[in-house]
Amino acid sequence: MKIVLKHLTKRFPNRNKKIKEDVIAVNDFDFTIPDGKFIGLLGPSGCGKSTALNLICGLEKPTEGRIFFGDTDVTDVAVEERGVGLVFQNYALYPHLTVYENIKFPLGNLRGADKLTKEEMDKRVREAAKLVQIDELLERRPNEMSGGQQQRVAIARALVKNPKVLLLDEPLSNLDARLRLQTREELKRIQLKTGITTVFVTHDQEEAMSISDVIVVMKDGILQQMGEPQEIYDEPANLFVASFLGTPQINVFNGRIKDEKVYIGDSAVMDAKGQPDREVSVAVRPEGFILDENGTLECEFVNREVMGRDTSFIVTHPDFTGVNIRAIIASDETYEVKDGKVRFSLKPHKVRIFDKSTTERVKL
Amino acid sequence: MKKSLTPWLCLLPAILFLGVFMVYPLIDVLVYSAEEGYNFASQSFWSVGLYNYSYVLHDPFFIQALKNTFIIVIITVPLSTGIALLISLGLSSIKALRDLFQTVYFLPYVTNTLAVGLVFMILFKKTAYSDGLVSLLIQTFGGPSVDFIDGPYWAKMFVMCFYTIWIVMPFKILILTSALASVDPVYYKAAQVDATPKWRVFTKITLPMISPMVFYLVITGFIGAFKAYSDEVALFGTNLNAAGMNTIVGYVYDMLYGDSGGYPSYASAAALILFAIVFTITTINLMVSRKTVYYQ
Repeated sequence: MKIVLKHLTKRFPNRNKKIKEDVIAVNDFDFTIPDGKFIGLLGPSGCGKSTALNLICGLEKPTEGRIFFGDTDVTDVAVEERGVGLVFQNYALYPHLTVYENIKFPLGNLRGADKLTKEEMDKRVREAAKLVQIDELLERRPNEMSGGQQQRVAIARALVKNPKVLLLDEPLSNLDARLRLQTREELKRIQLKTGITTVFVTHDQEEAMSISDVIVVMKDGILQQMGEPQEIYDEPANLFVASFLGTPQINVFNGRIKDEKVYIGDSAVMDAKGQPDREVSVAVRPEGFILDENGTLECEFVNREVMGRDTSFIVTHPDFTGVNIRAIIASDETYEVKDGKVRFSLKPHKVRIFDKSTTERVKL
Repeated sequence: MKKSLTPWLCLLPAILFLGVFMVYPLIDVLVYSAEEGYNFASQSFWSVGLYNYSYVLHDPFFIQALKNTFIIVIITVPLSTGIALLISLGLSSIKALRDLFQTVYFLPYVTNTLAVGLVFMILFKKTAYSDGLVSLLIQTFGGPSVDFIDGPYWAKMFVMCFYTIWIVMPFKILILTSALASVDPVYYKAAQVDATPKWRVFTKITLPMISPMVFYLVITGFIGAFKAYSDEVALFGTNLNAAGMNTIVGYVYDMLYGDSGGYPSYASAAALILFAIVFTITTINLMVSRKTVYYQ
């Protein structure tokens, strides 16, 4: 089931009553979530991504705009009748019920023609439990399980009623690092197996990159960019997207375009054919640096972190916008630091230029 | 040596008080209840045995008190808890005027008992000048004139139960509203997404979540109702036997200090019978709760 958002806007009255202006949590969302895909809504906290999820779910009513599931307009359909499965951030498993009863709970709500017999319910519960691999734990109570197991129960409970859409609110944030890695593979597996259109919300770009088919990056209620993870990483639409995705973060320098060349300080680092002169931000991915004794970019050496597979050079530069520049270099390269200086040349496809005032991408 | 003495010294005040005012009287009650023909003035008794129990259990006043107490317990505990739950649910689902209603429902708790008694008199007592407000109301709808204070047994019992329920309600509402407020709203959201009917949300989510508090109220409600006495006095005066509205605790008091007073042995026996009843009921309560109450 594809999800179509048409000029979707959600405004809340400001908590601070002195400010008359509304808070715009979701601002004019207009895009289509393709059928059967895994979508990551990515953004820093407070950017409105959970509100967007609640709008799709039906827990919130949009101020303007329409939502379609397939061709059906569901904007005015109540959350109960929308047929979505929702996994809450803290799972919201009923603590007094066993795993089996928790998963069965949505089925017990079915009335009329949809009503299931006991045997059908039992079959559905066991199928769902098997899908998320918790069929051994059906008699346990939620508090007798690990976070990862609880999360699986929550997914099983969301899936058992065969929803049209599965929504996950920060599904991995309550898990520890190791479990997070494991669970995100698990999420992907379940999604592939069921083929259900899944939307999940996260502030963790690594999480979003690793499991999404499509990422929607948002900030302050405004859609920044939508695309496949690699595409967003390689071709960020603006400086925010560039700095939000990727660890370690992209390195941003104050630079300028002069005589069709990009300058950081006095050093010309790459060509900019046909571009008028102006101030720009030059963003370089950590893997975009090449150690080069004849390189144009000269930096102050601070430290070298050996990671085994590669080495991080921590350096500084007067035109750098942050504190330390991090350049990741393959470990097999050897380089002698002379007089505390390191010289780099840059890989052009790892360097992205953004307009200083609009922060929009400047395509070279 | 000094080390092991310090904690005992710290405990000493508590042990002293508990010993003098709790443990010793408890043992004393047991002893009194077994002393047959005990005379308070001469501090003497004939023999040791179970005669006092037999006397009490054959005393028609005690049987009446037992009956009254059980009726009060059986009617007021479920009704007051149920109504309190309904009111609390109502309170937690409204937004406007919620604070006002909360205050109104809590008022009986802070109102002076004498003032309450006075209001009940105006409502129910038949005097030379008035039949009482409720009786007048019944008459306007074509009913007979009913004296709720000195009239038939059912009328007196009705006023008694009404009064008891009204008195215990505020505390229960207070406890239940806070219990309801402590249920994480995310469960209701989850239930809503799954299209759970309202009644099912209540029975399958709300009630189990607040069950420890409901259970607490039922247990303390039972014990409180079994110990009923002062409310009866407030409505029917001190001669409860004459009014036929005595309770077990009232009977114990009468045996000690009433017109027929001066019988600590009978009083002790009656008190121990009450203890046995409360103990049994509480045990049953605990056994039932093990299956129905969910603790987080």
